[in-house]
Amino acid sequence: MAFVALGGSAPEAVKQAPRKTGRVAMLLLLPGMAYLALFFLTPFVSLILTSLKQPDPSGVIGRYDFGFEIGNYVYAVSQYLPQILRSFSFALIATVIALAVSYPIAYFIAVKARNKPLLKGMLLTLVVAPFFISMLLRTFAWKQIFSNDSWIVNTLKDFGIFGADSYIIGTNFAVIFGLVYNFIPFMTLPIFSSLDRLDLRLVEAGADLYANPATTFRKITFPLSLPGVISGTLLTFIPISGDYVVASRDFLGGPETAMMGNVVEANFLRIQDYPTASALSVMLMAAIVVLVSAYVRKSGTEDLL
Amino acid sequence: MATDFAAQGADLELVGIRKEFPGFVAVENLDLKIPAGEFFALLGPSGCGKTTTLRMIAGLESPTQGQILIGGKDVTDQKPHQRTVNTVFQNYALFPHMSVLENVAFGLRQRKVSDPVAKAQAALDMVELNHLAQRRPQQLSGGQQQRVALARALVNRPALLLLDEPLGALDLKLRRQMQIELKAIQIEVGLTFLHVTHDQEEAMDMADTVAVMNQGRIEQMGAPERLYDRPKTAFVAKFLGQSNIFVGEVAEADDTKVSISFKGHKLTAPAERVEKSKGKVAFGVRPEKTMFHESEPQASSDLNILGPGEITDIRFTGVSNQYQIDIPEIGEVTVFAQNVGKSPVVELGAQVWVSWRVEHGFGLADLPTGEEDID
Amino acid sequence: MKFSLGKYLLPTYVTLTFLFLAIPIGYTFVFSFNDSIKSNIIWRGFTLDNWLNVCGQQEVCDAFVNSIIVAVSATLVSTVLGTMIAIALVRYRFKFRNATNLILFLPLATPEVVMGAGLAAQFLDFGWQKGLGTVIIAHTMFTLSFVVVTVKARVATLDPALEEAGRDLYANPVQVFWRITFPLLLPGILAAAMLAFALSFDDFIITQFNSGALDTFPKFVYTAAARGIPAEANVIGSFVFIVAIAIVMAVQIRSSIKQRRLAK
Repeated sequence: MAFVALGGSAPEAVKQAPRKTGRVAMLLLLPGMAYLALFFLTPFVSLILTSLKQPDPSGVIGRYDFGFEIGNYVYAVSQYLPQILRSFSFALIATVIALAVSYPIAYFIAVKARNKPLLKGMLLTLVVAPFFISMLLRTFAWKQIFSNDSWIVNTLKDFGIFGADSYIIGTNFAVIFGLVYNFIPFMTLPIFSSLDRLDLRLVEAGADLYANPATTFRKITFPLSLPGVISGTLLTFIPISGDYVVASRDFLGGPETAMMGNVVEANFLRIQDYPTASALSVMLMAAIVVLVSAYVRKSGTEDLL
Repeated sequence: MATDFAAQGADLELVGIRKEFPGFVAVENLDLKIPAGEFFALLGPSGCGKTTTLRMIAGLESPTQGQILIGGKDVTDQKPHQRTVNTVFQNYALFPHMSVLENVAFGLRQRKVSDPVAKAQAALDMVELNHLAQRRPQQLSGGQQQRVALARALVNRPALLLLDEPLGALDLKLRRQMQIELKAIQIEVGLTFLHVTHDQEEAMDMADTVAVMNQGRIEQMGAPERLYDRPKTAFVAKFLGQSNIFVGEVAEADDTKVSISFKGHKLTAPAERVEKSKGKVAFGVRPEKTMFHESEPQASSDLNILGPGEITDIRFTGVSNQYQIDIPEIGEVTVFAQNVGKSPVVELGAQVWVSWRVEHGFGLADLPTGEEDID
Repeated sequence: MKFSLGKYLLPTYVTLTFLFLAIPIGYTFVFSFNDSIKSNIIWRGFTLDNWLNVCGQQEVCDAFVNSIIVAVSATLVSTVLGTMIAIALVRYRFKFRNATNLILFLPLATPEVVMGAGLAAQFLDFGWQKGLGTVIIAHTMFTLSFVVVTVKARVATLDPALEEAGRDLYANPVQVFWRITFPLLLPGILAAAMLAFALSFDDFIITQFNSGALDTFPKFVYTAAARGIPAEANVIGSFVFIVAIAIVMAVQIRSSIKQRRLAK
């Protein structure tokens, strides 16, 4: 399971012989699975049905009738193509940066602090610490820090790096920065979890067999941490592609940074254009399914999921 | 980086090696010279510093003091990947994400040796595993993994091959078989082997020279037969097989013989088999060289006699019987008697005398501390 | 001894990155003491008022209480349901195992906005009024898979021989569960519950789609962001942070003491 990685370091699993079948298993599974069927699976049906609805003849805002209006998709794409493309490019860029930032941290905690349980525990706590304070408060704090007459922006202006009318908030940079910041822990933890299980004798064996440190990393350490890298990139890419807080105008974004999530929110909750919002959501989900399965297949770790 | 392909083994020399870890000294002032082409065993209990020594030679730890020379060249500051040394790791450390063949070819590829795959296949041939070349290491049995690890190290023709308890994870039967194969391969390829182990039988069976290590120091070094016949310290006497040890003040000493007085008995050993001939000295004798008698034997100048005592335990181990004899005021003496139908039939509780020939005794350089019985 | 750059490079980098991660946390904490009037943007001097009088902004407090109610309810339901599923997955053989795993995996791989919009669309189709109930339903749904994954990891480390030993010693299946299985699983269940609580408490996107007029703490912050977030929100955020860190530190220290004792 790719996402077991979230749980940090776990003891070795015991070989389990699944023993009996039948009624007890069904009793254990049924309530939870029925719950998911009702509140996770059927909403997809609702979402698809809504994405095909047409406006009610009465013309009341927010009232739609069941139909088969494929035009909603055409409209959504033609209207919001820039936001769609921006979502995926922001997600891709932020994921790559987050990977570059997080890998050394995960490596340090898992390998360098391996025999120091207290240090390791403290560092792990520091990694997850941002989780304990509302994501919105943190993002808002960045907004204040980067706001137009903030210390940072003024300093940049004083040094002539920034022009007098330059700004940070509302730029692509600010949004990607905020996304990277928010998802560093999601990237770090799974990579840590993989590296934590890395047998360091294999690294020693690499050195013993004439591989220099860089080659040892490339041929041994990194390939063996790949499951964590894959979970981490998925745990980062997927939520970012649907995020709308960071890119919101009230946070780090501006008129030119809106992502798919912002459009879905605006259509669904503000102007009550449910069909367009649903069509966008369906497309987002479809794109994720296609991208993720291609990615997982390409990295040859299908057994992860 | 040394890219030359060592065709044969090289000398290894350790000069004044010392290794400190926070809080303790793992290796203390170690001097060692292993001639090229030798099968050398470093034997000792766990924590004696033997693995640290091996790791320093491989370059995985750096010594606090001292020098490491391979083939006369100082390699102390070389990184592991720069040394013409390869290791067979204790748990083999086979790369789980590569095939067996790729594992074996790994070192060759790093050194940009031509035709790595063909050479790797040849190495797998040597350990008779060519048919498993495409498997992953996890799919092999312990013995097969061990051979892959050996092939992976040997294929590089290192000047020096380090073996870190390489047979430790195998069961007894496989272990014996691998010992024979390993020895045969060493003779065939003519490389210098340094074998680290805590198994004294394995060390004595395979090595040309054995060094017994204890608490960061080499206690004694030599050919296995010599070590066994003439241990110099209490630790060696007890770690390498068993010994009966008696401590007493030296009573007489001349060029040929040394005697101690031991609780009213006079025990004698040949002078050339005694390390120290003044003050308190420990004499020892191997249990299989000790005999017991149902009646008091005739006193003689070439026989040491103790007794009478009582047989408190008899253990049947197949080829021999082990007798524990408790002699009042002297303590326990162990006697091994071969099961060839010649030794007297005695029962538990029987009264016996113990004797051994003067030329079988030895005198140690130190006194037993009572902590030698680690094994 | 040789000087190696690599020796200092990595620790320096890690330290700097952790400082970077801490910046907005520190900012939020510092500005919880700001003597602000309405908007909490410019530093106007130190005060304890915001801490002493958190409910001075009634909406902040209400939203916080709502968040707690939602998180506790969703955690209870999803922990029970998730634990049952985890036990079934590890210990029993059944048909549709792969399908079950897929359904459990999907919520982890679905963007929140899709889950939020889908559920909201379904509530519209059903004609359900959005409010406290629908938020709890939504949170239970998206935390369930996290609970299953966490508890499953624990069940997998549980030696079935222990339960067999229990049965061998005359315990009936119910007794075996409550006296052997459950106590051994408890750390995993607690970890799962804490994770579910944290996820629910911090959730914004799914909540916004399914809460109607109900305010939760993150939703309050989101709405307030347009005009400036009141310092009382910083107080609550900082307070939750301190409590959570204290719990985690206590667990860490306890387990490291335990480890050290075991090592001796």
